[in-house]
Amino acid sequence: MDPAQSAVRLTVREAIHTLSSCKDIGLILSTLEFLKRYLGETKNPALPEEQEEFETVHYSAFLRCLVSKLSPVWLELSPDGQLEELWDSFFLKGPADQAFLVLMEAIESTAGPSFCLMKMAQLLANFLSQNRMAAIMEEQCRPQKKPGFPLLQQTLLNKVVGLPDHLGNRLQQDNLTLFFPQNYFRLLGEEVVRALQVIVDALRGGLDCSVSFVSQVLGKICIQGRQKEILDVLVPQLTALTQGSCLWQRVCWRLMEQIPDRAMEAVLTGLVVAAPGPEVLSRLLGNLVLKSKKAQFVMTRKLLFLQYQHTTSTLQSLLGYLAMDSQRRPLLIQALKELLETWGSSSAVRHAPLAQQHYLSAAILVCLAHLGEPELRDSQDELLGSMMAGVKCHLDSSLPTVRRLGMIVAEVLSSRIHREGPPLRFQYEDDKLSRELLALATPCTAGGSTLEAGGSSPAPAATEILEKTVDGEVESANSSVPQVRPQDSDSDLDSDDEFIPYDMSGDKELRSSKAPLYVRDCIEVLTSSEDMERWEAALRALEGLVCKSPEATQEVSVELAKVLLHLEERTCVSGFEGLRQRALVAVTVMDPARVAEYLTSQFYALNYSLRQRMDILDVLTLAAQELSRPGHLKRHAQQVSSGSGGLCLPAQAACQHDHTAGSGWRAVVEERIRSKTRRFSKGFPRRELANGPNEFNSVAGYFFFPLIQHFDRPLVTFDLLGDDQLVLGRLTHTLGALMYLAVNTTVAVSMGKALLEFVWALRFHVDIYVRRGLLSAVSSILLSVPAERLLGDLSEELLEARSWLADVAEKDVDQDCREQAVRALLLLERLKDRLLPISP
Amino acid sequence: MAVPLSPPPPDPQFVLRGTQSAVNALHFCGGAEVHGCPLLFSGSQNGLVHIWSLQTRRAVATLDGHRGQSVTWLQMLPQSPQLLSQGRDLRLCLWDLAEGRNAVVDSICLESVGFCRSSVLAVGQARWTLAVPGKGIDEVQILEMPSKTSVCTLKPEADAKPGMPMCLGLWQAESSSRPFLLAGYEDGSIALWDVWERKVCSRISCHEEPVMGFDFDSQKARGVSGSAGKALTVWSLDGQQALQVCSTHQLTNPGISEVTIRPDHKILTTAGWDHRIRVFQWRTMKPLAVLAFHSASVHCVAFATNGLLAAGSKDQRISIWSLYQRM
Repeated sequence: MDPAQSAVRLTVREAIHTLSSCKDIGLILSTLEFLKRYLGETKNPALPEEQEEFETVHYSAFLRCLVSKLSPVWLELSPDGQLEELWDSFFLKGPADQAFLVLMEAIESTAGPSFCLMKMAQLLANFLSQNRMAAIMEEQCRPQKKPGFPLLQQTLLNKVVGLPDHLGNRLQQDNLTLFFPQNYFRLLGEEVVRALQVIVDALRGGLDCSVSFVSQVLGKICIQGRQKEILDVLVPQLTALTQGSCLWQRVCWRLMEQIPDRAMEAVLTGLVVAAPGPEVLSRLLGNLVLKSKKAQFVMTRKLLFLQYQHTTSTLQSLLGYLAMDSQRRPLLIQALKELLETWGSSSAVRHAPLAQQHYLSAAILVCLAHLGEPELRDSQDELLGSMMAGVKCHLDSSLPTVRRLGMIVAEVLSSRIHREGPPLRFQYEDDKLSRELLALATPCTAGGSTLEAGGSSPAPAATEILEKTVDGEVESANSSVPQVRPQDSDSDLDSDDEFIPYDMSGDKELRSSKAPLYVRDCIEVLTSSEDMERWEAALRALEGLVCKSPEATQEVSVELAKVLLHLEERTCVSGFEGLRQRALVAVTVMDPARVAEYLTSQFYALNYSLRQRMDILDVLTLAAQELSRPGHLKRHAQQVSSGSGGLCLPAQAACQHDHTAGSGWRAVVEERIRSKTRRFSKGFPRRELANGPNEFNSVAGYFFFPLIQHFDRPLVTFDLLGDDQLVLGRLTHTLGALMYLAVNTTVAVSMGKALLEFVWALRFHVDIYVRRGLLSAVSSILLSVPAERLLGDLSEELLEARSWLADVAEKDVDQDCREQAVRALLLLERLKDRLLPISP
Repeated sequence: MAVPLSPPPPDPQFVLRGTQSAVNALHFCGGAEVHGCPLLFSGSQNGLVHIWSLQTRRAVATLDGHRGQSVTWLQMLPQSPQLLSQGRDLRLCLWDLAEGRNAVVDSICLESVGFCRSSVLAVGQARWTLAVPGKGIDEVQILEMPSKTSVCTLKPEADAKPGMPMCLGLWQAESSSRPFLLAGYEDGSIALWDVWERKVCSRISCHEEPVMGFDFDSQKARGVSGSAGKALTVWSLDGQQALQVCSTHQLTNPGISEVTIRPDHKILTTAGWDHRIRVFQWRTMKPLAVLAFHSASVHCVAFATNGLLAAGSKDQRISIWSLYQRM
């Protein structure tokens, strides 16, 4: 045996003996001081081989012995704290990994809150704050020769990453803030950077190092879901460090490559989210996607197709990363193809949640922004094919948002892919969503177009933006001129600013007074007049006339409804649709039974356009609403007298004038009374609610039953259960609304029964809009049908509906559907609560 | 405090009925105030001129001098109780109204059948200049009164085809005695004539439709004109006697038959074919009110020196308004 080894062994054994038996403080201190020589850092350190022997063989054992001696009494032996200091220093100075393991082991085995536990926790905190973690990691990164090393490394890894859990479990309420995960992982981030710094220095010095331990630590932390804490610290620092240094970049790439496959997704997701842009991502990852299958899968499939919670800026850095290197660009094209394929698949459009479709569309637009024309031309046919399929199924959708997504993506796509032909143009609302999406599609020139992207495509768009901004500036400059001018003239004396303008809302365009004065005349003009001015005047006057003369209307109600239903916009009349609809509603309100019968029969008749059928539904709903509103007749009378139709016949103008004068007079008097009256208490002024019988009661059946009867009988031109699902959606919504409006009517129960059967028949309809309608119908049944009757007559249907609702609330792809189902379930619950006090 | 809601538009102070015909011209009697209340002259379609007392709100006299033909223009002569009335019977009558008389003392035969209103400018004691539409279709004749001598005829150059003059305004800068004539033409342009030199100083095209009426504020050297179209135009005159368009103001409905600036230059009103009287702040052209009282086209608006506003309409009524009066 080596003499050095035996000498060290002897000394350590003696020291352990001394510590365990001796109470003499002087002896203990001298023993410890002597042993400390083996850790170096004293005036006369031991021989190097003795140090190594101590550190590899005896250090852990000795530390354990020290731990076992730890007690308040023992530390009290030296009142000046010298012993405590020495005790601490053995842990802080020696090989960090061993000290750490011993400490963790000791902490885990110490029971309950006690002095020893707190002391060791303090020591551990001290240990962490002295950057010993970095020491552990850099030690693990050195080339190792010892046997059994992987096992030790695994243990160490578990302890390092699991420290917050262990400490939290052990210390419970007394946990130190440093050990909270949000603090600890930040600290660990700092330590990782520090360790990497040492490694980089070592590499510069020509030493061999491996970063796999750090990679494992990083991976394990990310798997535990602490990406945000650690990457928030790591990414900015690494971004700065890799800025100009190739070596740092290499180390960084290596670090990422060494991450175990199972942690790859967690790390990459965290990185893509945390990276401020594609440049940074590219610098940190290098060509990782080409080297690691797993990384490629995560980046090109998982983040694009399976997750959709990320923000668009994340998408931009992800796809920008793929676009930044010529080797990675094929992946981008591939991704675009696959994205488009999914986008164009009708099943995806129908079944994917809205948020995901939005995400997908955004991803396509970002891809397009990065790809140049030559690349797109190579796969033009394929892309065009997917696009055409996609446009079709998007436009077929009954959800406006989906349609709009389809329009926006198709517009951008066609303008990029199909340059020869005229680009597609759709009309859609220019709101926040569309503007955001279109902004994504403008090629980013900041640094994205390094290689091929510098073709012709980004240039025009960029100039367009430039022009726009220039225009904007000019506009703002222009707009600032008139702002200045009045001020200038203001300053040129005169003070007639106190001229307060009167209300000028009555200043409408004057209509010629050719409007007919009788309902019958209106019909005649609308059907046969060639005088467009008169025709328009008749259309505008019609609603007022109908409301004014119920008897005259009833004589010709069905004829009038027929005329209006078939009325086409002959000249460009502003608000034509609204005028026609209001007139139809007025007619329906005046003679509900006959007109509703007519309209509902026409709904299932041949030779109507979908537009007309939907108009019928709208009119029925609005008329029902009007009828069920309490005191609707009074309101009508008022409306007519105030001449809100925008009609200004001489006689009416005068009467309008009188009316306003009258109300002005009343307001003045009321104001005077209020100012002169003293009140002792002030509550909200109570408004009297209009009340009266529900006039919808007697006619609800005419509105409802003809509509619900024939939905499953397809016509040649009209197939509700087939292609015309948009109308079916409208029908379900209308039925729901009619049901709701039939509250407090005697027919509500049978309506509810029929509607529940209808809902049951259609409950698995694929179209989201239809399902939404069904759910709202269920809710309105629950609101309108009296609770007792619901449980008495409809209990079985209700039970069935309930299980369906629960199913929808849990599994439906559409957020809105789920919410509506939950709402309906809550209504059901409330119903139960209301009945329970009665039933027992 | 919440922003105060704009008050509802006011009602007329009172309404004068009884002309039994559409009211085409209004004029407040400037100097001769009777008991603090001004007199109002109205000329109507049936050729009568009514003199209204605003105190009793009754017609005090009726002048019948136009043989049943519509009266288009009324004007008191400055500093004398004499009234000029222009009718579609191609006569311009001078009435003596002093001490309750009401007789035609003089008349001038006109040669134009158009609707153009004449204009008068006092140049000295008992001497005044009159501008009337002339014999030729695009001519304006200048007469020296009361001698009725024709001073000159203002005829546009051959290549400019402005059409008929639609409205005239004689005007004289305070500093000089040089009379100028502003004339609005059928093609929508307004021309400034130097009467002595018989030439056009400046001409601007303000409207796309015929100019129906304008008023000129000589203090600010700014004028405003209305046309058969949907806009009011404000124009100004600079030191070199050049007209410039300052701004245009879109109206809701087309057709303005008369524009009048209140004597204190604070507000202006327009008589609209859309039955409405519009009030604007003259300095900023901020719309102040839209008075919807009449049930037919408003033909004329006039201001009294005390700020009272009168409007005459085709519906045979004359409405009197008191707006933004400085007490």
